[in-house]
Amino acid sequence: MNNKLEMARQFIKSIPHSQDLGMDLLKMADGMAIITMPYNINLIGDPETGVISGGAVSALIDTCCGAAVMSHPLNLGGTATIDLRIDYMRPATPGQTIKTEANCYHITRSVAFVRATAIDDDPDNPVATATGAFTVESSG
Amino acid sequence: MMSPKISETALQRRSDALNALVDSIPYIQYLGVRFNPQNDRLTAFLPFNKKLIGNPIKPALHGGVTVAFLEVTAMITLNWFYLNDETAYENLDFKKIRAGWFLKLPKTIDFSVDYLRAGLPEDAYARAHIIRSGRRYASVHVEGWQNSKEKLFAYATGHFVLPQRPLE
Repeated sequence: MNNKLEMARQFIKSIPHSQDLGMDLLKMADGMAIITMPYNINLIGDPETGVISGGAVSALIDTCCGAAVMSHPLNLGGTATIDLRIDYMRPATPGQTIKTEANCYHITRSVAFVRATAIDDDPDNPVATATGAFTVESSG
Repeated sequence: MMSPKISETALQRRSDALNALVDSIPYIQYLGVRFNPQNDRLTAFLPFNKKLIGNPIKPALHGGVTVAFLEVTAMITLNWFYLNDETAYENLDFKKIRAGWFLKLPKTIDFSVDYLRAGLPEDAYARAHIIRSGRRYASVHVEGWQNSKEKLFAYATGHFVLPQRPLE
């Protein structure tokens, strides 16, 4: 594992809420990030089915989008969410880890535009997709 | 909407139903969200907790916590209005709820949140306005604030599929 990724992982570990949800960073470079979140009974939103709350999936997506923006070479500092829209296609299957990939597909001096997809063990049928705008810190 | 002539008993039953609903959902317990009904309004309360921090340097609430808090508020408010419908009580058995039987919840179709300022490491509040609730779908607007209700830190609009028979 390269040193840069290890630093990024440590960064995610330093975020109390992400740490509390058990998030693990698999990739974070050049405006792209992949983060996983294991199934956890504390995050159940529908007690009848054991399905994870949409809110917890949203937290994972927001973190992953932020990580993608931070890793973009044109962003020189941190980032904050301006807006985020999440579409929930289907309930995540209980017991399975949720994996989110976020891509910063366009960046200006002030705004980064990001898309993200969340999947479980069935990668062909995403659990949720999201689009968002994030702040950028640039020298200009 | 509640009428001003609601009896104490009916109010108590509504309060019990709301508590049973909220207590049955682990994620709401995890976040620590509580709900306070006042007349025809429901206010959600998120007590500050260190595990909700997203930026340890500032420090600030995690953006994911903000969206989750607003979404949970929208869902519970939708079910609360359903529970406030007197006719819904004919089939409501609280012993069943306490025994682990659940109300069906609305399903989120999409949720769009605007972050207006950083969430402070303090308690937060939210209130949902049901813009339109039809037979199958509902549109809901949710506002979140912290120390001043005049200064929202985030708001959101969401669309939900309503459960067809939440009490069965």
